Amino acid sequence: MAEPTLFDLSQPGKRCITMPQPARAPEQYLPEGQLRAEPPALPEVSEPEIARHYARLAAWNFNVDRNFYPLGSCTMKYNPRASEAIAAEPGWARLHPATPEECMQGALRLMRDLETWLAAILGMDAVSLQPPAGAAGEFTSLRVFRAWHDSHGDTARRRVIVPDTAHGTNPASVARCGWDVTVLTSDEEGRVSPDALRDVLGDDVAAIMLTNPNTLGLFETHVLEIAEMAHEAGALMYCDGANLNALLGHARPGDMGFDAVHVNLHKTFSTPHGGGGPGSGPIAVVAKLEPFLPAPRVRRAGEGTRTTGGEGALEWDWDRPQSIGKVQAWFGNFLVAVRAWAYIRSMGAEGLRQATEDAVLAANYIRRALEGELDLPYPATCMHECVFSAKTLADERGVHAADIAKRLLDYGIHPPTMYFPLIVEEALMIEPTETESKATLDQFIAAMREILRDAAEQPDLLHEAPHTTPVRRVDEVNAARKPVLRWQKT
Amino acid sequence: MELPNDRRYTQSHEWAKLDGDVVRVGITEFAVEQLGDIIFLDLPEVGTAVRAGAAFGEIESVKAVSDLISPVTGEVREVNEKLMDDLDAFADDPWEAGWMIVVAPEDPSELDGLLDADGYAAKAEEA
Amino acid sequence: MPGTPHSDRDRREMLAALGIDAADALFADIPQSLRATAMPELPPPLTEMELRDEARRVSDLNRNLDDLVCFAGGGIYDRFIPAIVGSVASRPEFVTPYTPYQPEASQGTLEAIFEYQTMISELTALPVANASLYDGATAMGEAVLMAADATGRSRALMAGALAPAARQATRTYAEASGVQIAEVPWDDASGQTDLGALAEMLGDDVACVALQQPNYFGCLEEMAEASWLAHEAGALFIAMVEPISLGVLAPPGEYAADIAVGEGQPLGLPPGFGGPLLGMFACTEQHLRRMPGRVVGRSVDADGKVAYCLTLQTREQHIRRARATSNICTNEGLCALAASVYLAAMGPQGLREAALLGAERAHELQEAMADSGLQPRFGGAFLNEFALRLPGDAEATVRALCEDGWLVGPTLGRDYPELSDCVLVAATERRTREEIAGLAEALQRAARPED
Repeated sequence: MAEPTLFDLSQPGKRCITMPQPARAPEQYLPEGQLRAEPPALPEVSEPEIARHYARLAAWNFNVDRNFYPLGSCTMKYNPRASEAIAAEPGWARLHPATPEECMQGALRLMRDLETWLAAILGMDAVSLQPPAGAAGEFTSLRVFRAWHDSHGDTARRRVIVPDTAHGTNPASVARCGWDVTVLTSDEEGRVSPDALRDVLGDDVAAIMLTNPNTLGLFETHVLEIAEMAHEAGALMYCDGANLNALLGHARPGDMGFDAVHVNLHKTFSTPHGGGGPGSGPIAVVAKLEPFLPAPRVRRAGEGTRTTGGEGALEWDWDRPQSIGKVQAWFGNFLVAVRAWAYIRSMGAEGLRQATEDAVLAANYIRRALEGELDLPYPATCMHECVFSAKTLADERGVHAADIAKRLLDYGIHPPTMYFPLIVEEALMIEPTETESKATLDQFIAAMREILRDAAEQPDLLHEAPHTTPVRRVDEVNAARKPVLRWQKT
Repeated sequence: MELPNDRRYTQSHEWAKLDGDVVRVGITEFAVEQLGDIIFLDLPEVGTAVRAGAAFGEIESVKAVSDLISPVTGEVREVNEKLMDDLDAFADDPWEAGWMIVVAPEDPSELDGLLDADGYAAKAEEA
Repeated sequence: MPGTPHSDRDRREMLAALGIDAADALFADIPQSLRATAMPELPPPLTEMELRDEARRVSDLNRNLDDLVCFAGGGIYDRFIPAIVGSVASRPEFVTPYTPYQPEASQGTLEAIFEYQTMISELTALPVANASLYDGATAMGEAVLMAADATGRSRALMAGALAPAARQATRTYAEASGVQIAEVPWDDASGQTDLGALAEMLGDDVACVALQQPNYFGCLEEMAEASWLAHEAGALFIAMVEPISLGVLAPPGEYAADIAVGEGQPLGLPPGFGGPLLGMFACTEQHLRRMPGRVVGRSVDADGKVAYCLTLQTREQHIRRARATSNICTNEGLCALAASVYLAAMGPQGLREAALLGAERAHELQEAMADSGLQPRFGGAFLNEFALRLPGDAEATVRALCEDGWLVGPTLGRDYPELSDCVLVAATERRTREEIAGLAEALQRAARPED
């Protein structure tokens, strides 16, 4: 049964919250013509109706608390309750960003701590917590690169090299920076090869963007040589850190020759995805790029001309003449940073290293279990995720990756990432993460085997899936052809 | 693959048919099948200059966007405005009713450089 | 390791399935020279009990709005948040899912965002709203780029009286794309944007004109006139609005704005030290396909039943890549959901009352200050916020007030050197008459320490 919208439930005069009555009419202090002619037609509903409406909607969502989400490149870890509880404390949640520095020392300290810890984990020199999401981190880093090139009078560089396995945000962020994308074809092993790079590298290249490990779940083994070539050509190296969960405590982007890297706190550091956000996409850079980071930066009081107080006090450094400027309103998605701070503080270095090991072990366990059942175009040992292909099944039985994915929903399992990376036909990209028990992994493997058996024996079961979700397959063609983007009175 | 012999083809799956002194342009049935359900067409306005090998518009399915590449250089004389009203009809008949634009070519002999039906069929089968 | 679901036996069994003894073998692809030789230098792990205490110890170094009486503004306001907002927005079913790319598994989030889009459309009186952007500042950046794309023009005029962070973020966004920003001066007496100056700056290379209502100084702008001027010159008009104010003020659609953006924090989000926030974005139908970010549409499922899904995705980076309308992927979905619950809880009447109560308190505050000889810097009409001129060092006064338990701000000197003696003060429905009297008194003490 469909859940009526709040607008369908609305009836004039119903209220949830009542307020004291204003004493003055707005006409007394507002100029004529500034007042709204018609009130906004917001829903008029009572609190019990609101509570029940959202409780019903909540029941219709798959979510990490309830469901396994082997969603490649998304790192859908369990979100620890302690992080949530801490972020909800008034000491953080009810802190106003315009508070005088003397009265925000805790926040500055937390930001300074997290910056220091991320720098240590990544092997980089300086961190900015300001980008509010991964794509914003990419854009911020490229803007920093551009400012750095410009500061050398090197303004002719216009191209950024991006492998064909990259996330869509990479080319989109390049375009946002006013640059052009050169797509680099991966080699037959699924990696970037120095030979292929040589063909497209030139003195007009501003940067190379690599995801490491890449979206096939493979470590870019030539990364050092690539970085040397890039730097030789005067280009900078960018690491898309979406897959950082494969590296914690095992390898550091800073050692691989990267000049900047972004981190998705909502992936690697266990903060929730919120059904699409908010996330947080801090960036870490090498020392030479630090002056270009967004302002303000946290510094020790006394390092500049002002001082905010006693020993150990921290303050904002706004005087950053080379900074690229602001990339969001205040200091980044702070409450997300609080959660990541709590996560790192509870894990410690050994815990993070173990998390990565367990994540890589889980991915390989699934790879080994399903390698006879589906195509595995790049059969090497994978890192935190593995990419299968349903190509043979599609060719022989007309069952596609999407059909397998939709059937998984009937088992209470969220589908893997599909049809990505673009170089794998009928791709199913599986990232189990370290927070799923072996029992869950085994259930997933069993479900996949059963689904693949059904694909051969009763393919319509897959074609018509899902069967158990609140709605069946949604007509996305109709939605896009005749967009209905808001409720209307019928 | 059966293809009309009365027109020329591009590597990027457009067809071009000389119609008096103008060229009618559309996309092939193969292209339509590859795209899946089409949701949107972005076509140029009458009077727009188009260049052979350059995009004159875009075609979108739910999860893909493709450029429409002009087979000839010239000026757009007509646009098939009716296509957007019935995208299913377009997909059913890309060869005739599904034409997209009519171009007044600068040099009609440009068509000679394009693939003929056999050449295109071979190319499409590779893909 | 806390929270791990793997026993040593589980690990041994998984390793055995792979025919290896230790997980280290799985990292063999990482060249030896790149393998970490030491652990990152991090503090030792804490138990949950220790962690909670440590977090509290650090946050106690802050003074938050439970401890300070908040008359601060500048885009972040201490509004009343109904209990139902936190109750709904903290449900794990909304907190922990991924982006709703699989509609069959995400009808809850999708329907909620469809409602959010409708509410933003209603508030702004524009037909189309997206599923959220990062914050008001970046929403403005996106709007300016969209206007440049729509008009094929490359100059944007932004009111100097528009929030500094939004102007700065827009510069970061736009200048990389070759769009130049010029700032329209404000009138020194009224604090409103100087429309005469605007008229002179307009030309056929101007893509858009952007004003904020109320502006950063709290003053009400003549939006209809500015919008008319912009359209006369063939430019789009962008309105940056404060959502609660739309309970009483004319919405962007009424003055023919093409795009409306805004900071949605007042809609039930805590101040959170400035993030996460909520970037509101709405526009006319004409610009739908240029709109940045996700959008939810209503459709039907295979049985013909009403169902929701993300739609018009061909605009977005995961499909159009370098030619996407924006690079945004992750947005502020959970904040948008909280805003919807807030708006449903308040309803049109509650929103109007909240807006009017805040305005009434702000005017009472102004009157109380006038009794102490303190005046607003500008003469223009305001709603619930105004720039106050202080006799002494504004920064020192604000610090002294804070010590006394009163929060005002931001000060204006960093962004407007000519206004270095000014501070923003704002009131919401939460402020009481006693607090207003208290602040007026405290200000008098703080601003005249020599007395």
